[in-house]
Amino acid sequence: MDKQLALEWYRKMALIRRFEEKCAEGYAYAKIGGFLHLYIGQEAVAVGAISALNDDDDIVTHYRDHGHAIARGLDTNSLMAELYGKATGCSKGRGGSMHFADASKHFWGGYALVGAHLPIAVGLAMASQYRGEDRLAMAIFGDGSTNNGGFHESLNMAAVFKLPVIFLIENNLYSMGVALQRDSAISDLYKRAASYGILGEAFDGMDVEATHEATKRAVAHVRAGNGPVLLEAKTYRFRGHSMADPEMYRSKEEVEFWKQKDPIVTWKARCVEAGIATAAEFDEVEAAANREAEESVKFADESPEPELSTLCDNIYANPIGQTDCQLV
Amino acid sequence: MRTITVRQAIQEALREEMRRDENVFLMGEDIAYYGSAYGVTKGFVDEFGEKRVKDTPISETAIIGAATGAALAGLRPIPEIMSINFALQALDQVINHSAKMSYMFGGQMKVPMVLRTPSGWSQLAATHSQTLELLFAYIPGLKVVMPSTPYDHKGLLKSAIRDDDPVIFIEHALIYGAKGEVPEEEYLVPIGKSVVRRPGKDVTVVSYSRMAMLAMEAANDLAAEGIDVEVIDLRTLRPLDMEPVIESVKKTNRVVVAEEGWKTYGIGAEVQSRIYEEAFDYIDAPVRRVAGIEVPAPYNKHLEMAAYPHKANIVAAIREVLK
Ligand SMILES: Cc1ncc(C[n+]2csc(CCOP(=O)(O)OP(=O)(O)O)c2C)c(N)n1
Repeated sequence: MDKQLALEWYRKMALIRRFEEKCAEGYAYAKIGGFLHLYIGQEAVAVGAISALNDDDDIVTHYRDHGHAIARGLDTNSLMAELYGKATGCSKGRGGSMHFADASKHFWGGYALVGAHLPIAVGLAMASQYRGEDRLAMAIFGDGSTNNGGFHESLNMAAVFKLPVIFLIENNLYSMGVALQRDSAISDLYKRAASYGILGEAFDGMDVEATHEATKRAVAHVRAGNGPVLLEAKTYRFRGHSMADPEMYRSKEEVEFWKQKDPIVTWKARCVEAGIATAAEFDEVEAAANREAEESVKFADESPEPELSTLCDNIYANPIGQTDCQLV
Repeated sequence: MRTITVRQAIQEALREEMRRDENVFLMGEDIAYYGSAYGVTKGFVDEFGEKRVKDTPISETAIIGAATGAALAGLRPIPEIMSINFALQALDQVINHSAKMSYMFGGQMKVPMVLRTPSGWSQLAATHSQTLELLFAYIPGLKVVMPSTPYDHKGLLKSAIRDDDPVIFIEHALIYGAKGEVPEEEYLVPIGKSVVRRPGKDVTVVSYSRMAMLAMEAANDLAAEGIDVEVIDLRTLRPLDMEPVIESVKKTNRVVVAEEGWKTYGIGAEVQSRIYEEAFDYIDAPVRRVAGIEVPAPYNKHLEMAAYPHKANIVAAIREVLK
């Protein structure tokens, strides 16, 4: 294991965690509104998987998108500002938590309708194939999405056209409050790949290295022109589904059991034990992540609100004459 | 009389009808053990069991399609779609199937289903904050109900459950906590009847759901100035009962139509043109429409507040037609 890489993965995971702890605070102070779905516990999936992609590979994801955006390298200032609804936010304060995006980073957005963004990944992959490019697309989504028509239709079409797309399920065992066994006919979701004649693989999503390796294999398979792959990260979210979740559906013991597998803590322990880097080196990296998260809050707080006069901007890329949108 | 919330009124309606008729059952995402996103069906699974309170996968098409099938077979399903925005995924089932069956098969079949779904907003951004009742109200074969008061929620939901047609019952997430008088005794409110919520002689405000509540507040404010506002609550958007509206227009000669949805092609547009068709001679000022700004809902709270209509917009429109 390369030391620089080990520390970089750690930094990214720690940054996601600290950033989201700041989100929870911001929500408590009503600086952040709307729905807020935290990613805490799942950091290894975003960091392990996205680090196996090229920078110009396309990503679409769902509303639990903070981790994916940070792993892809979106500017944390612009992300926190988005949560604060500010003009400096990555989506200019229009999207909020569920709709992070940065087209320049091939991060084509977080989408809030379960399963509805999978066909968009298919289209991105189609464009790459059409132009003979080497880019692949990755769609990231939860286990709950796999029961939706969008999942079936996307996998089937991607398989038929042999498109370069990786479907990455973050199986955190719950869709809101419904346990996987209660809403899915099979609990090993990667097995659904068989229905489309494509490759499917599951791995330990609490382990950043295992995630990275599995994704690398998938990437090689897809880039070789073999069509799509279905990946299943076995993971867990430590917090409720959203800030509004009373969390009545799972036991404290279960949550504690999974917290023992904390991807950040275990990664550091493993690397230190293997002599890849020292605890002090990890702590230093973590302190930097802390500072970055804190700075993003300051930046967001000090950023301006969007001007009211901009309310109707960007409804169209190409506005024709006077639009219907007028402030009264 | 006792006072309860809209949420409690809906719960009472569901509970009473489930006790009354074994065929009535609930299905939807997270409605059993989570108690539903807005807490409406909390505790129902304890009383009625999993057979009658079913947690489903996140499969809107299957939820509505299955409810339609179960209704064909004589059950009375009440599918809950967590948000009206997610109902878009099931629109094909609703529009091409549930709505058409009675007619398309020559009256052999009926679909006694009530699709309950909340509409609403509060920094939920473009895809979660849409006012989409129009999409359903446009479709012949559906009955579309969107009440305001707790009294109406209870009485209309009970009627909907007993109705033999597919009823789209839309709840506004921002008024679940609103309180109002509801009798202990059993009662029904008929589907397809608008109501005069407050009589007045100077100007008519036509509205429904949350905006009807705001219209009442606006009317009370203006009463202090000696402006006497008549408020009409449509309650049912299809079939649309224009009779009390036309009666009112003949009396006041001035009208404001208030809704949260976008103005172009909207509910307000329909009401306005019906007034011109049916009461043109009685109109003394152009019918004014209060509606949402035609923009996908922004997340930022200031922009969002600017995009949605408020009491002040109703008041301003009333002053305008009185000029
Ligand atoms: C089409 C649709 N139906 C329902 C919802 C409401 N909803 C939001 S998240 C969620 C649970 C999704 O669970 P899962 O796919 O496992 O992802 P996770 O939240 O666990 O990351 C539900 C039901 C939605 N956003 N879109």
